[in-house]
Amino acid sequence: MNNRYLWIPVAFTLLVVLLAIGLTRDPREIPSPLIDKPAPEFTLPRLDNEQPFAPEDMAGHAWLLNVWASWCASCREEHPLLVDLARQNLLPIVGLNYKEVRGDLSLDAAKLTPEAEKREAAARANLWLAARGDPYTLSVLDLDGKVGIDYGVYGVPETYLIDKDGIIRFKHIGPITPKVLKDKLLPRIAQLKR
Amino acid sequence: MIPELGLFSLILALPVALCTGVLSLLGAQRGRPAWIALARPGSVALAFLVGVAYLCLTWAFVQNDFSVLYVARQSSSSLPIVYRVAGVWGGHEGSLLLWLLMLTGWAALVRFYSRALPDGLRARVLGVLCLVAAGFLLFILLTSNPFLRLIPGAAEGRELNPMLQDPGLVIHPPLLYMGYVGFSVAYAFAVAALMSGQLDAAWARWSRPWTLAAWVFLTLGIAVGSWWAYYELGWGGWWFWDPVENASFMPWLAGTALIHSLTVTEKRGSFKNWTALLAVSTFSLSLLGTFLVRSGVLTSVHAFASDPARGVFILAFLVAVIGASLLLFVWRAPRMGLGGRFALVSRESLLLANNFLLVVATSAVLLGTLYPLIVDALDVGKISVGAPYFNAVFVPIMLPLLFLIGVGPFARWKQASAAEIARRLRWTLALAIVLPIPLYSFFEVELIGRRPLLNLSLMLALWIFLSAGRHFIQQVRATQGGGSFIAAALKQPLHFWGMHIAHVGVAVFVAGVAIVGAYEAEKSVKMAPGDTVGINHYRFRFLGVQSIEGPNYQALRGEMALLENDRVERRLFPEKRFYHRSAMPMTEAAIDAGLWRDVYVVLDEPIDRERPDDEWVVRIYVKPLVDWIWGGAFLMALGGLLALLDRRYRIRRRAPIQEIRV
Repeated sequence: MNNRYLWIPVAFTLLVVLLAIGLTRDPREIPSPLIDKPAPEFTLPRLDNEQPFAPEDMAGHAWLLNVWASWCASCREEHPLLVDLARQNLLPIVGLNYKEVRGDLSLDAAKLTPEAEKREAAARANLWLAARGDPYTLSVLDLDGKVGIDYGVYGVPETYLIDKDGIIRFKHIGPITPKVLKDKLLPRIAQLKR
Repeated sequence: MIPELGLFSLILALPVALCTGVLSLLGAQRGRPAWIALARPGSVALAFLVGVAYLCLTWAFVQNDFSVLYVARQSSSSLPIVYRVAGVWGGHEGSLLLWLLMLTGWAALVRFYSRALPDGLRARVLGVLCLVAAGFLLFILLTSNPFLRLIPGAAEGRELNPMLQDPGLVIHPPLLYMGYVGFSVAYAFAVAALMSGQLDAAWARWSRPWTLAAWVFLTLGIAVGSWWAYYELGWGGWWFWDPVENASFMPWLAGTALIHSLTVTEKRGSFKNWTALLAVSTFSLSLLGTFLVRSGVLTSVHAFASDPARGVFILAFLVAVIGASLLLFVWRAPRMGLGGRFALVSRESLLLANNFLLVVATSAVLLGTLYPLIVDALDVGKISVGAPYFNAVFVPIMLPLLFLIGVGPFARWKQASAAEIARRLRWTLALAIVLPIPLYSFFEVELIGRRPLLNLSLMLALWIFLSAGRHFIQQVRATQGGGSFIAAALKQPLHFWGMHIAHVGVAVFVAGVAIVGAYEAEKSVKMAPGDTVGINHYRFRFLGVQSIEGPNYQALRGEMALLENDRVERRLFPEKRFYHRSAMPMTEAAIDAGLWRDVYVVLDEPIDRERPDDEWVVRIYVKPLVDWIWGGAFLMALGGLLALLDRRYRIRRRAPIQEIRV
């Protein structure tokens, strides 16, 4: 068949294949510019005893920094995996509680004083951890999300793998799934511990 | 109860759409009058059912029924009523329902304004529209049901995104969707004509007013959207080349090509296949835009739980609708005759050049929009394509097109003489080149030749304006006889007026874009109350910031006086709003708009958060001719509207000839 219009459906088929591949990709999966860079510094109060915590406190250990909040639905999804991981005692997991109050659209943060916001955040975070188990060696409160900005937090949850020299080696955006844990996170942890 | 009624109505609409679609197409193919007769009541019933569903959802918004998940997510009881009504299309599910409402609305309009059409053709057009509607109904019912209940119901809704609480939301999406979806009519006409084999001048004449109507809406929709982004986002830009904008711009470009090629098909019977392909492509680009925006393939501003099923469904739908019509085209097109022949220099060839350039421009935008996806799919990294690419590629394609706008109307159909056109237009061209020169001293910023693109754009804008005027006068003189010029001008057909007004709109648009791009001035300064700052010959005095109370927000309202000779000329009130239910402050720019310039003031950040009544970082822009951008787009739309109202499309009575052709 000699049809000079035949290229049109062929081109369209190519476009469809492209779009279909595109559907399997996640546009949010952006390589972080922080990979292989030192973890940004910060000092934030701990959730349990309000003592300051800074990343250099972890010097000498590989550790995970996991960004979470009680209003975050996907955090609920990954939480059991984190609890499991913590039980294996592979490495310390530090929770960065991100905008506990301000991030929750059903709360009106503008009406709270800073102290009230802190109290409210601590209460909500503790309640959540008590109900679902606490995988964190410690958690810190990032009420206004400024530390989140330094780390380029894009959506909650996010997880950073930081080595013993304080260098970020891996970042995962979105909930950790069993597949991510097995294929990406655990091999890298094993590598760091070698 | 009411939301269930809406859902029931939607469910009922699905078999109605399927039956009407399938039976009227089959009926037209096999020549069964009883099936054909089903198209008219069927399409009206479909529009009615979808309309009922739409009203039910609106009712749930107005009544603050937070037991409906979509309402709880998009609205709240403190939301002003107008945003509750408009909030219906503030999210995914509702905007799809609006899409569907428009689609069935267009089909119902076709049913009422197509008495002149042969029964078979009308049944086919309505049948195609019903089938497209059926696809969208399935999509809504399977993946995006807006009537889902939230049990137990929420006490209060989450409220509409503050960014959307703006008059722009009320008018922009309906206009845009009217345009987007309106091209479905042109598409349905093309598919119907391909099915019947009746791809001729009559077909072009029937589908032209519908195409123009869709184009007018899309033009207005894009312009309003750009204006909305300009004042709401607070960056002072008017076009960002982001995927969502491109999604609406691609059908516009293809639609512009289509309304021009339809002229050729109507007047000369040429370009038939090309026109049909353009009609199919234009609507396909609308669907592709919907896919890109709704599937989250390119960017997703939503939470992690975005539903991949939606993307898969729309892709399947794209394949069905576009794939089927392209195959139909490939099968049928080679059998269509070629139509009137034309010489190398002729109105036809110039319009062909117009089409070529517009299609190349569309492809360039499509490539830029999809390129990040291509790169990702080939696994060679992640990139984003931004304004530098689009400006570098798009602008050079447009420049020759702008030149052709001035020439086109002077060329005769069939065969024109290049020498003759050159002779008529040489002084116009000379004037267009010389006239911008005094303008440069007016702006006193740049010398001639320093900015080739600016100079070229201004010359082209003038060229379009002058040659349109020239052609207009020449044409009116030719029919003037002994009467007055004005009387003769008023007697010109509306499509003639429409063409020139739209072309002048392009000139106005180009002048605005060129001048604002070259001469806009911006300053970001720290100002304490009482401070004065100067930009160009404007002076601004900051008078401080006050706290005010809005219906569902608190705001810090700054006051900025625009001084002229130390006298207060205007007062501007930029705001920083804190919506009660949102953590993110919203920046509301204050704009003093004018024919010759906009002054645009934004409150950025207070120096000390604890003392918002003290120093602030303030951004001030002076934007010469920026309103010409939207003014030009408005003129284009007005031109389209006039052309569409032309007498020759008002065929009320049924043409005596055609019978159903098989």
